[in-house]
Amino acid sequence: MSYARPVAGLDFSDDNVLAKALSARDADAFAFLLDRYHAPLVRLAGQYVPSRAVAEEVVQETWLAVIQGIDRFEGRSSVKTWVFSILLNIARTWGVKEQRTIPLSATTSADDGGPAVDAHRFRRFRKAGTWKQPPDPWPDPEQQALVREELDVVWAAIEDLPGAQREVITLRDVLGCSADEVCEVLGLSEGNQRVLLHRARSKVRGAVERHYGGSDGR
Amino acid sequence: MSKLAYVCKQFVEDVTGYLEGTLPADVVKLIDEHLADCPHCREYLREMRRIVADAGSLSDHDVEEMPADLRNRLLDAFRERDV
Repeated sequence: MSYARPVAGLDFSDDNVLAKALSARDADAFAFLLDRYHAPLVRLAGQYVPSRAVAEEVVQETWLAVIQGIDRFEGRSSVKTWVFSILLNIARTWGVKEQRTIPLSATTSADDGGPAVDAHRFRRFRKAGTWKQPPDPWPDPEQQALVREELDVVWAAIEDLPGAQREVITLRDVLGCSADEVCEVLGLSEGNQRVLLHRARSKVRGAVERHYGGSDGR
Repeated sequence: MSKLAYVCKQFVEDVTGYLEGTLPADVVKLIDEHLADCPHCREYLREMRRIVADAGSLSDHDVEEMPADLRNRLLDAFRERDV
């Protein structure tokens, strides 16, 4: 894969450089894009469709759409958010076909009908607002197996979240997008993005707490 | 405002804003003071940070590299569009 390296002097991790190189049809820039975003895209696509094989197809279609759309990109957004947006559109369409539907309303509203993050808090807090059932420390994940197990619990919990929360935590925490990027890709306000992230993280924390036998109370 | 004004139940609601750095400075100050006194909320914060770190390490966990033939076909498609 040595030919994927940026040409000397061109730093493709700089979004402006990357965008310019792509519109100048620099194949090294496209190779950089493939190497950098293929795996994250497969992970994201996997949340909409039932199998890895179908997720790969969704990502392949995304790359073809990127190639087709490169003339229309024109630096309106970052290359990353542009590619992620294309993937989400395609993945949602496939998700409907594959019967794993995410209601569109769930992607635009913070109120996805799920329980509020604090549904359990009356059991956990005294009237005065102090802890009644404080969080127990979790084991130190010294062993590789324990880490893996915890990561599996985290991933399963993320996959169980309502659509909009799942999209936000995946983009933010799993794929490392900034809050601004998530707002742009999902068309959310900053406030909504934060509410969804908060609910998502709180629920995932609850799942790990239950995994370690703690009193999440839900 | 006294320290009593800030309670654990509120921290559980504010933790994401606290980590995101979007809370007003006076609230951050209250939270910092609360955290200094409250081991349970410190534990809660530690756990939330661990969730964020866990989620971050998922991006390389259990993901396969792009198949070489697909990569080559896509690069060809990109080049062909040049012409």
